[in-house]
Amino acid sequence: MSMMQGVREDYYYTKEHEWAQVDENIVTVGITEYAQKALGEVVYIEFPEEGQKVTQGEPFGVVESVKAVSDLYAPVSGTVIEVNSSLGDNPGPINDDPMNDGWIIRIEMDAEKELMNLIKAPEYAKLISKEKK
Amino acid sequence: MSIQKTPLHSEHLRLGGRMVDFAGWDMPVEFEGLRQEHHRVRQHVGLFDVSHMGEVRVSGPKALESLQWMTSNDVSKLQEGRAQYSLLTNEEGGIVDDIIIYCLKPNEEYFVCVNAANIEKDFQWMQNHNKGATLNNESDRWAQVAIQGPKARDLTCKVLGESLRSLKPFHFLKLKYKSFDVMAASTGYTGEDGFEVFIPKEGAEGFWQDLLELGKPLEVAPIGLGARDTLRTEMKYSLYGHEIDDTTSPIEAGLSWVVKAAKGDFVGRGPITQTLESGAKKKLVGFKMVDKGIPRMGYSLLSFDKTKIGTVTSGTLSPSLNCGIGVGYVPIEFSKEGSEIMVDIRGRLNKAVVVKTPFVETSLTKKA
Repeated sequence: MSMMQGVREDYYYTKEHEWAQVDENIVTVGITEYAQKALGEVVYIEFPEEGQKVTQGEPFGVVESVKAVSDLYAPVSGTVIEVNSSLGDNPGPINDDPMNDGWIIRIEMDAEKELMNLIKAPEYAKLISKEKK
Repeated sequence: MSIQKTPLHSEHLRLGGRMVDFAGWDMPVEFEGLRQEHHRVRQHVGLFDVSHMGEVRVSGPKALESLQWMTSNDVSKLQEGRAQYSLLTNEEGGIVDDIIIYCLKPNEEYFVCVNAANIEKDFQWMQNHNKGATLNNESDRWAQVAIQGPKARDLTCKVLGESLRSLKPFHFLKLKYKSFDVMAASTGYTGEDGFEVFIPKEGAEGFWQDLLELGKPLEVAPIGLGARDTLRTEMKYSLYGHEIDDTTSPIEAGLSWVVKAAKGDFVGRGPITQTLESGAKKKLVGFKMVDKGIPRMGYSLLSFDKTKIGTVTSGTLSPSLNCGIGVGYVPIEFSKEGSEIMVDIRGRLNKAVVVKTPFVETSLTKKA
């Protein structure tokens, strides 16, 4: 297979399958195409509060499918400045369009150097092709 | 031990099943999507591969005596062609496994279906508590397909014949499918009408494909283990490892209807009758979330003064009700319908209410 579908070149990734899109010091976060497939239909999401501090690699919220609970991990440390609260009533976009309309939170990042700890697209594509075995 | 595959494994891959390790078996958890599969079984008909479950044949002149000793229900009441839900109980009055016993010939020959995760344990345990019956672990020889849903009877009759049309719950027939000797029982784990069919593994693939082909007009599709679990949770059917295990009392689990202390002695009868006489201190109940959130196995149940009163044994979003439902043990004083409790959902205390179970009406309960 060539480049895995749904892995965007210009995004960063975590090993727990979040994506991070960086626009200066604002980082938009969601779950990847691979994650939404593995999870199945998302039926419930637990957000952090706006203004809440999050820490790189620590859980900041939860997505639930009918049968499973998955923690969401912050790709960077910072302050939550916006949550996609429309997903609270209708989590559908997390499955249908996880990389765009299904975004979950925006973080004002504390330190840009933390981006070095994240996974870049080619490595992430490799990671998920391995997990698919 | 390497992961095991059922005779229908290649069918699951062909049909796009998402495979997971379940008790050492590579099984489909989902095909088209859990919620769609769940509704399909409640509204139409679905096929389940349950070939991972175990089968033990108990035969010989001591068959009845041995089963009476090992199990809690009264096997002597079983006539030919009847099936019985029962428990293998241990000396402490706990539950080794929940099982179905099929009577092939009264006194002499029975077929016992056990949980996949417990096959080795159960067979060992049966050997250790045997009273002279011949025990054969035939788990490797049988495939098992469950056909479940309001249209399951139409479909099964199309494939196995009209003799099944009027078969009552917990009855079974021995039939021919092509050259194979099969056993079709009117049982299931979904609450819907339907059958569980035991078929020699060599015949499984053809049988499965016939069901899919002839079931097209009935909107049949394969169903994964995910929906199997949400369907049984909506019925509050016990699952070994969740509601019941080696330490749980059948009385507390609400299974006293399969404990027949009057039949004579059986393993664990003493402690079980003691609980019957003194009365259970806790009870397995079903509850529905009032607040948002989905209860999950292991979450704490609390009273309104925030004292821990119990633990969730199974929980899910109910696809039928579209709200969180759960099952768990609570002290008797909280077990009445309408009792308000709280569920600790990852640190948030969310309100729930004890409700009547099953949580939903089905093609079977409506008929009854």
